[in-house]
Amino acid sequence: MSEAAAIESHAPAGMDRTEVQLTPGNTGKLGMWIFLVGDAMTFGAAIAAYGALRIGNVNWPRPADILGIDTTAFMTFVLICSSLTMVKALSGIQHGNVAQLKKYLALTVLGGLIFLGMQAYEWTMLIGYEGLSIKTSLFSATFFALTGFHGMHVFGGVCYNGTILANAIRGYWPGANAKIVEIAGLYWHFVDLVWILIFTFVYLI
Amino acid sequence: MAQEATARHGDAPTPIAMDHPEPNYLAVFIYLTILTALELVVYYMHLPKTPMIALLVALAWAKAVLVAMYFMHLATEKRTLAVIAVVPILLVSFACFMLLPDLTSRPWASTPMHQQVTAEAHTSPEE
Repeated sequence: MSEAAAIESHAPAGMDRTEVQLTPGNTGKLGMWIFLVGDAMTFGAAIAAYGALRIGNVNWPRPADILGIDTTAFMTFVLICSSLTMVKALSGIQHGNVAQLKKYLALTVLGGLIFLGMQAYEWTMLIGYEGLSIKTSLFSATFFALTGFHGMHVFGGVCYNGTILANAIRGYWPGANAKIVEIAGLYWHFVDLVWILIFTFVYLI
Repeated sequence: MAQEATARHGDAPTPIAMDHPEPNYLAVFIYLTILTALELVVYYMHLPKTPMIALLVALAWAKAVLVAMYFMHLATEKRTLAVIAVVPILLVSFACFMLLPDLTSRPWASTPMHQQVTAEAHTSPEE
């Protein structure tokens, strides 16, 4: 399809015909990308600050002495699995397969809940048994801030996907359903991507 | 817009025409799993610090690129969108670079002399 034809078919009413859409047919996707870019800068700044504080402090503990590496590796695997189920759900709705959407979206929500449960367990161990809190040391402050901020994003993603799943189960299809799932998928994959970086920089290095 | 907002109970979604063939999501998932396992292997090898950090960072970025390119479909989107998505990496790299003089010119607790001065300041009575 030529550029002009693409604009013709996807341009909303009143749109300038010379304007080229970055995401033809799904302007919400561009909005989500812009949001994710801003969120990426927030996380990037937080991780950079963590790195700067750590480099400047010789008393920084070895993460493996306090944190559970194997448990966190499993949490990483769970999030990667949930990213796979999210794209499978999107693939289902793009092919008109509602059953596939519901099944894989439910698995994605389950993956998010498992991740949050394991993170809650990790925090309970650190706070209850190790005696760490956000004011104990720079290590604990940066750890709880980074993982807590990410955990909030996962919780938001679980609510977001859960809402779409609930609507799918009820048979409620407001307009462009595949586009909605695609936009939600972008958010969920971003959350997974950030955790991949946090796992490496906070837990392993 | 009003038509899109109206609930259509019971209407099953119709298949949409895809502009690009679907990536092999399962293959990407397997690559991600292998890279995660490799990260653990590198970690437990207890290599010297610099090569270990370099390997772990490279593996993490490889995973991030796979997720961005295939799960987030950046590989099939317009190039301008990919440029927008790369902007945070450039800005954060710039922020890290700009933090370096702060770390090198003002040691926090990194030198024994600083630790001694700090200890003396805490123990000596104020005049």
